[in-house]
Amino acid sequence: MTTAVQRASRTPGTSRVGGTGSVTWMALPALVFFIAFGVVPLFGVLGLSFTQWDGIGEIHPAGFDSWQKVLADPGLPHALQVTFLVMFLSWVVQTPASILIGTFLAGQHRYRAVLAVLYFIPLLLSSAAIAVAYKALLDPNFGLGAGLNVGFLSQDWLGRDKLALAAVIFIVSWQFIPFHSLIYQGGVRQIPRTMYEAAEIDGAGRVRKFWSITLPQLKYTIVASSTLMVVGSLTFFDLIFVLTAGGPGDATRVLALEMYKTGFQANLMGPASAIAVILVLVGLALALLLRRIGGGGAADSQLEGA
Amino acid sequence: MATTVTTDIGQTAKVRPHRSRRRRGGGRPNVLGGLAGWIWLVIVLVPIYWIVITSFKTQANYYAMNPLKPPPSPTLHNYQLVIESDFVQYFVNSVIVTAGSIIPAVLISFMAAFAIVRSSSRFLKSVNGLFLMGLAIPLQATIIPVYLIIIRLKLYDSLLAIILPSIAFAIPLSVLVLSNFIRDVPKELFESMRVDGADEWTTLWLLAFPLTRPALVTVSIYNGLAVWNGFLLPLILTQSPSKRTLPLALWSFQGQYGVNVPAVLASVVLTTLPILILYAIGRRQLLSGLTAGFSK
Repeated sequence: MTTAVQRASRTPGTSRVGGTGSVTWMALPALVFFIAFGVVPLFGVLGLSFTQWDGIGEIHPAGFDSWQKVLADPGLPHALQVTFLVMFLSWVVQTPASILIGTFLAGQHRYRAVLAVLYFIPLLLSSAAIAVAYKALLDPNFGLGAGLNVGFLSQDWLGRDKLALAAVIFIVSWQFIPFHSLIYQGGVRQIPRTMYEAAEIDGAGRVRKFWSITLPQLKYTIVASSTLMVVGSLTFFDLIFVLTAGGPGDATRVLALEMYKTGFQANLMGPASAIAVILVLVGLALALLLRRIGGGGAADSQLEGA
Repeated sequence: MATTVTTDIGQTAKVRPHRSRRRRGGGRPNVLGGLAGWIWLVIVLVPIYWIVITSFKTQANYYAMNPLKPPPSPTLHNYQLVIESDFVQYFVNSVIVTAGSIIPAVLISFMAAFAIVRSSSRFLKSVNGLFLMGLAIPLQATIIPVYLIIIRLKLYDSLLAIILPSIAFAIPLSVLVLSNFIRDVPKELFESMRVDGADEWTTLWLLAFPLTRPALVTVSIYNGLAVWNGFLLPLILTQSPSKRTLPLALWSFQGQYGVNVPAVLASVVLTTLPILILYAIGRRQLLSGLTAGFSK
């Protein structure tokens, strides 16, 4: 306590730095950190995309060389395609399942608490741990499917293009459906009960109530959950890197992996930075798009307690 | 916000079971949703169960047995092997990196959030806007310049190299959640502190800090989990085995012992165990922590 007061008495000098009252200086440590390792790298990556650098030696300006190289490389459209495919499929698989389970969790109180506890476990595991475990589990010769002698499960999941993509989608769903279910559960709970009562008086059945009340009322929750899914899908680097390293071939090589391979394995930091810029642009565009769909600021107030 | 969520998860179940049941359609069970809920629970639990029982099997057992049957004589040999492979070192590294990132990150975010709430200056408004923008920046996209900065600071291959960017990336969400909480502190309390002659720094620690404690815990847990499980920063910013954190160690452990699946899975269990224990202790706060960031 005394130290706090003493320190406070020393602050007037610093407070003038911001020039806007006695609390401004308190924001400065966070600001400095964020600028140094957040804002500077964000602009730095744009700058580096116009240079040539092998990651160790000198950095040379190189104009548009990297951009020309990246934009002419068939690897880029492929990576974009895989990225959007992963994004789309993981959304399509997760959203209906999460809404269904979330609606269930909102109503059934007896088991709900137990389910919620267990549901959260996958979210606690690191993506690296999940990938390492699934790599063993999906092994066509000694994995779970092979051991149980289930033909469908004992395919070479990580060795074939389409199966590897399916495996990634499944593992992502395994990890995140529980989380989104709980978000939807919160959303369903916020729907005023009177709306359902009114519908019941009008003779609406369960299915009708779901389509006419629950789903439209969940609009903002759907936007929020979809935003997390879509923007989050850009960050599946850890999982895919450990699980397939982008393979087989380049079947699961998403944008982030393309960047890593170009920069840290082929030592072409210039082109890798150009890919990173594209990654930022894709992320921002998606965030803005989803915000527009969700009606801007309205999403924020609707989501309280979600 | 987090408090709402906590109450929601903790109490709604007890307080209004009847009303809610009626809401869901006159007491008839939601068969489809229920089925989906339970099926998904099985899908979630089977791999976890498989990981745990396999980690207690011998390698011979693993190849010969039904994968879903627990081993007749559980062995701790796999765990011994993992622990002998410098697991303790990696564990300590992870603890240092997580604590070293989260404590400063949460403290400076708290100070920034307090300043943003308490002042209406244009400067602080734009600082807040900058942090909000930061929420949309994917970490991977900035990794190359971060790598360059770390090299230039001569910090490459040190734990501090992981800590510094981790602090920066924890700030946006922390400031967002904490400022929402501080905003809920009644104005009268700030006023009475001022009347009593306390300056802002004293108010920060004596009034706002205790009142925001639940949010501080929430934010620490959320960011702590992200740093503890972080893979990209250690992968890029460190090199020597002695600087590995647990997720990175898992990956290289699999490269090393790939054939010995039970040992690999024992390493998965061991790296997750600390979080599971924390989860068992602080489940409520963790649940609220994981959803709080998306509430406002």
